[in-house]
Amino acid sequence: MKKHVWRPLFVVIALVVGILLFRAFYVPADFGVQERGYTFGYHRLGNEQEWKNFPDKYKGSDYCADCHEENSASLANSGHGIIPCEDCHGAAFNHPESPEKLVIDRSRNLCMRCHVQLTMPSSQRNDLPGIDPQQHNVGMECADCHNPHNPSLEDM
Amino acid sequence: MKRREFMKSAAVFVSGVAVSISALELLDPQEVLAKNPDLRWGFLVDTYKCVGCGMCVKACKIENDIPLEANVTRTWVERYVMTKQGEVLKDSPDGAQHGYTSKLIDQNASGMKKVADEDITQAFFVPKLCNHCELAACVQVCPVGATYSTADGVVLVDRKWCIGCGYCIMGCPYGVRFFHPVEHTADKCTLCYHRISKGGDTACAQACPFGARKLGNLRDPNDPVAKIILTQRVGVLRPEYGTKPQCYYIGLNEEVR
Repeated sequence: MKKHVWRPLFVVIALVVGILLFRAFYVPADFGVQERGYTFGYHRLGNEQEWKNFPDKYKGSDYCADCHEENSASLANSGHGIIPCEDCHGAAFNHPESPEKLVIDRSRNLCMRCHVQLTMPSSQRNDLPGIDPQQHNVGMECADCHNPHNPSLEDM
Repeated sequence: MKRREFMKSAAVFVSGVAVSISALELLDPQEVLAKNPDLRWGFLVDTYKCVGCGMCVKACKIENDIPLEANVTRTWVERYVMTKQGEVLKDSPDGAQHGYTSKLIDQNASGMKKVADEDITQAFFVPKLCNHCELAACVQVCPVGATYSTADGVVLVDRKWCIGCGYCIMGCPYGVRFFHPVEHTADKCTLCYHRISKGGDTACAQACPFGARKLGNLRDPNDPVAKIILTQRVGVLRPEYGTKPQCYYIGLNEEVR
């Protein structure tokens, strides 16, 4: 073959070798077809472990009960017993180390999430006690009158 | 060699080779395991139990580092209100991360709509999240292998590998994918893979006071969630897309898309 054919051919070969070399170094060894096959499982296997190592923020009510037995027990016996601690007290993160104290959401809006009267005939929302926020003690915080750990009106 | 002998040994050779190759294919342990693993995560939503408090949305955002003020979320709750006049009104203000605290229904350009209580026929809430489809459309369109299904049926995104082309966001029939405003990659519900892999519950299911959201192992016949999915009347969203969604709903009706 003539020189003018070989020259560009060398360039192409060099390019291909270069790309293959780059790929060999850049693509990690665990990248490839995994359990779910080529269509659904073509990925870097190590990423599954990376997602598993993602830090938890919400620890669950049992975690709270380990130290705060009394509060946990009093809540459990009330109408609000079904509500997880962290819904109002905020995510535990690494409490008690960090943060040392959790910020409790005492806002009216938090209570209103469930207790604004909405007409929802096909939903359990209809069965919850509800108020009209424009009529019911406007400007006051719910916790001024109602005890969130014992919301029963008889005990007010 | 006679012709007859040649034909005989050729037939033996060909059938022998064919059998041994097919035997190798049949017994690839990884494929066998993938087809019959003893764990396949599934999700169950009970729309009767949901009261639209939105604690699931808030918990999801905090657990998974999705900025609260950003207009993106991995899960959200929709409100459906049907009227006697035949209207179907729906909204999901801020993905319902602050819950539903008003009777006014957000109708975007046409403003807030008030429906008189006596005109309401059906009204309910529908929590939405990634369906972790068996045949996920979003996974098939990824050009770089950044999004994938795990052996236990969770669809994940490799943040180091994602180039942000956005094909998966367009490919998902359910609109559950979005660009993460901080990571600058495609993002979606991981079914709290970090929690469920350690035996925990998803953040949304844990935050739900009413048990409207539940996680289960569809391969375990004794799993309470799997039992409900097997024996009760449950529906999935948009089955016509053929993606085999694995998030099942109790109390779904045709207005819900």
